[in-house]
Amino acid sequence: MGNGTSIGRVRGLGSSHHGTHHWLTSRLTAVGNLVLISFLIVSLALLPDYGYATVRGWVARPLPSIALILIMINTFTHARMGVQVMLEDYIHGEGGKIAAWLLVNIVPFAAAAFGILSVLRIALGGA
Amino acid sequence: MAQARKARPISPHLQIWRWGPAMLVSILHRITGNGLAFAGLGLFLWWIGALASGPESYQSFLDYTWTGAGGGLQAATALLGKVVLIGLTWAFFQHAASGIRHLILDIGAGYELETNARWSILTIVFSVIATVLLWAFLLLR
Repeated sequence: MGNGTSIGRVRGLGSSHHGTHHWLTSRLTAVGNLVLISFLIVSLALLPDYGYATVRGWVARPLPSIALILIMINTFTHARMGVQVMLEDYIHGEGGKIAAWLLVNIVPFAAAAFGILSVLRIALGGA
Repeated sequence: MAQARKARPISPHLQIWRWGPAMLVSILHRITGNGLAFAGLGLFLWWIGALASGPESYQSFLDYTWTGAGGGLQAATALLGKVVLIGLTWAFFQHAASGIRHLILDIGAGYELETNARWSILTIVFSVIATVLLWAFLLLR
């Protein structure tokens, strides 16, 4: 970014042209969350008890384990985008922006990987 | 740049505007969304990780978040855990209702002042009733 001419002062400060995709993905994952999290809440509410065997047995079934893995992808994507927008609105310092950028690009992926592995261990690990 | 910025009008912020339902629901959407993202998904991962690790890990998760069976620290975190879990279900219902409102606003509907205020209030009515019904079902059955 230059600091001499008036065009030099504004070049590179405009739209990055990724906004529409971000907005639309946020909506698509929102609809996915309505289905997935409703399924999770209703299923958990209907379990007879919350002991280890009952809950683990529920997670190990095909539909719940698929839903949980989809939550790790869909819900974490949605959360990542929402947190990103919040950080963009409130963090203005250069150092803070780099920290925020590292946070939203590393933590959700690490968290989702941990979650997916946990579901797979339950679903494929036998009783 | 600095000189130009100083002379420009500043947008009125929260302390200037009179509070209305749409403002409240808008900021609640952000607060509940970020609460769900950090506390909600954090607890969710603890739950599924503990469940994958075995009976002792799962029992430890239950003791820290709900039963407080170990006393001391666990009793304190279990009290906090109940508040957070009930709060998170409310946050989900509020964020979901407010999110559906946003999907409707996105197609260009619901901007008339009265309609907008009514649906804003209804998202809160829904989230409170849904939370009470869910926990009544869980705790009283």
